[in-house]
Amino acid sequence: MQFPLSSSKPGIPGAVKKRAPLAWVGQSFLIILAIIVVAILGTNLVKDPSLFAQYFISGLQLGFVYAMIALGYTMVYGIVKLINFAHGDVFMVGAFVSYYCVARFQLHMWPLNVFPSMSVGLATILGSVSVILISMIVCVVLAVTIEKVAYKPLRDAPRIAALITAIGVSFFLEYFGALSFVYTPRFIPYERPFPVTAWYIQDGIHKVVAGVTPPAGAITFSNIFLIIVVASIIVQIVLQYLVRRTKMGIAMRATSFDKAAARLMGINVDSVISFTFAIGAAFAGLGGVLYAIAYSSIWAQLGILPGLKAFIAAVLGGIGSIPGALVGALIMGQAEAMTMGFISTPMRDAVAFTILILVLLVRPTGIFGEPEQEKA
Amino acid sequence: MRKLRIFSVLILAVMILAACAPAGGSDAGDDAGSASAGEIKVGVLVPLSGQVSTFGVSTRDGILLAVNQWNEKGGINGMKIVPIVEDGQCTPDPAVNAANKVIDQDGVHYILGEVCSKAVIPVSEIASAKGVLMITPTGTADVITLNADGTAKPYVYRACFNDSFQGAVGAAFAFDNLGAKKAFLMTDQANDYVKGLSETFKATWLEKGGEVVGEASYTSKDTDFSAIIAQIKDANPDVVYLPDYYNIVNLVMKQAKEAGLNIPFVGGDGWDSSDLDLAAADGGYFTNHYSPDIQSPEVTKFLADYGAAYKDDTGNPKVPDALAALGYDAANMLFTAIQTAGVDDVDKVAEALDNIELVAVSGTITIDEFHNPVKDLTILAVKDGKVNFETVVKP
Repeated sequence: MQFPLSSSKPGIPGAVKKRAPLAWVGQSFLIILAIIVVAILGTNLVKDPSLFAQYFISGLQLGFVYAMIALGYTMVYGIVKLINFAHGDVFMVGAFVSYYCVARFQLHMWPLNVFPSMSVGLATILGSVSVILISMIVCVVLAVTIEKVAYKPLRDAPRIAALITAIGVSFFLEYFGALSFVYTPRFIPYERPFPVTAWYIQDGIHKVVAGVTPPAGAITFSNIFLIIVVASIIVQIVLQYLVRRTKMGIAMRATSFDKAAARLMGINVDSVISFTFAIGAAFAGLGGVLYAIAYSSIWAQLGILPGLKAFIAAVLGGIGSIPGALVGALIMGQAEAMTMGFISTPMRDAVAFTILILVLLVRPTGIFGEPEQEKA
Repeated sequence: MRKLRIFSVLILAVMILAACAPAGGSDAGDDAGSASAGEIKVGVLVPLSGQVSTFGVSTRDGILLAVNQWNEKGGINGMKIVPIVEDGQCTPDPAVNAANKVIDQDGVHYILGEVCSKAVIPVSEIASAKGVLMITPTGTADVITLNADGTAKPYVYRACFNDSFQGAVGAAFAFDNLGAKKAFLMTDQANDYVKGLSETFKATWLEKGGEVVGEASYTSKDTDFSAIIAQIKDANPDVVYLPDYYNIVNLVMKQAKEAGLNIPFVGGDGWDSSDLDLAAADGGYFTNHYSPDIQSPEVTKFLADYGAAYKDDTGNPKVPDALAALGYDAANMLFTAIQTAGVDDVDKVAEALDNIELVAVSGTITIDEFHNPVKDLTILAVKDGKVNFETVVKP
């Protein structure tokens, strides 16, 4: 799906008109930057390919998580032209709900408690899936409530008002999560609904045994990595189907194209908008649970940085574009993993935000974004 | 419009409720202002929310246990101790606000806290400026008790040993006892505590003839340590020094275990928490102030008193960690000094503190010229789901 873009695009209308006099400074800067990046990656790839592959896998894992969050940003922006900064915190809520389900209420154990004869593997899958579904549902309810309470009254207000409200909602969720009855001292370690197993690749695939260091040059990956990749791809496919093949998808596209006209055609714009928030929140909730399982840690400000990076991913891919969100997220994941590996870990956020600045300077519409169409 | 009005009334109601909720423990704030004659107010600044709130809960419990014991004996020279507990969040800004609140509003002359070095440092500036005597139970950064010119701040003391000592002992232990020759250092560059330990570890390590095969930095907000773990695997050290708090230790060691890394980690007292993931930290060692396994009459008595006062989730007596022990010791240092001084006078109490010799839970404490306590250091090992006492190092 390609949502039409925002009306305020400062970019380069009509491309090659007249070059700004000092444009070559910026261009040569970019070329030098690109050469440096390629040189760093190239030399390290040659020097130690297995280490490079290891970072690449970390980057894929991060990227696919960001993809799940970025979809929510991009869809909401496509429909209501609102950058929903509370989206990262919905992601955090997803992680918290799964924590409560598992650590407090032992919900991941229900299949074994109800059907003691069930095989452990099937019970674990069923239990984990139900934990994930509960988290997604809570996120959906939360996002729809936020939309109804905080954004809907401001639908006709200037966009900056809605944006500030979004930031307010985001802070509310973060600091509500930090209250002592939500975020008790006994929150760490995050208890996983299923155990994480790792394998390493060297002359075939072997299981990692606790206490035995894999041989040098082996590339390790875990089951949670595979789950994140598969889940993220399924989410993409489901969304593509939803947007292209269903009535609701048509309504979404129509609303994003022209809200007033869509309303005249008998589309219930309010419910379409709520539906968009709900879908985005469901994916963010899924991402939140998988993120918490992968890195086994939760805290109330968990959502800020992944949320912002997913936002950058959405801008990089072209905000409003669904494939763009995936591509942007994968690039962000790699950028972060390679920075962590070859420069230093604290630099990762700096690099992420540098990418945002560069995208806004060079191609504000993003990779998949189309130049502004004039509205009649 | 009407809906909106109802809604805003609701929001107001929620806000008022929220404001009432955390009232527990700060009843003393009611009679704010002048300190009446028969009582001594003590500000207790600890993190009760945020990422390291177990530190705050333990420290507070240790301090309040000492307060209750003194009050049961009739107070200090007949004066009742009134603790005023504030949440400093282990973060500079909230800690400074809490310090200003207890000093200006409640009129305390004595502060016990904060817990984390990065919050203690700004609080210590305020305390020296306003002439309030403070003892940090657990702030280990060297600069806490020192002015820029290397002299001791007049009213700032601590109940724990400082980073230089801890990092050096960690290095000596890894080199001599573990027989390691190659070390890998992990440092949070934004955390004074971690940086302090890491720097002194490195200095001692190189001095002893060890080799540093790699260094990596990260931030406290990181959750993904896969890149650093890949670097460690590549460098293949004998020991990894990770002197951070338990939340980071849990994450790093869990991810290292899952990647199959089998290299011992060594850390500092930040590991000491009931929330340390013992399965993940298995095989690790850390330097600490105290262990409940030490056989001494003070430890035995403290264990019994603490267990009688505090129960865990299942109703069993709680076992105090080092933070509880240090909170208890810090409070006892302060109260003993006030008793020796005989008056509620900050200068006299500071003088008494300089000459104190207290048989405390974490060893016999005397104070050196830089306001650091001179006492034993304990090394603990995490093994098979338990934290075991390994050895004691004399100062």
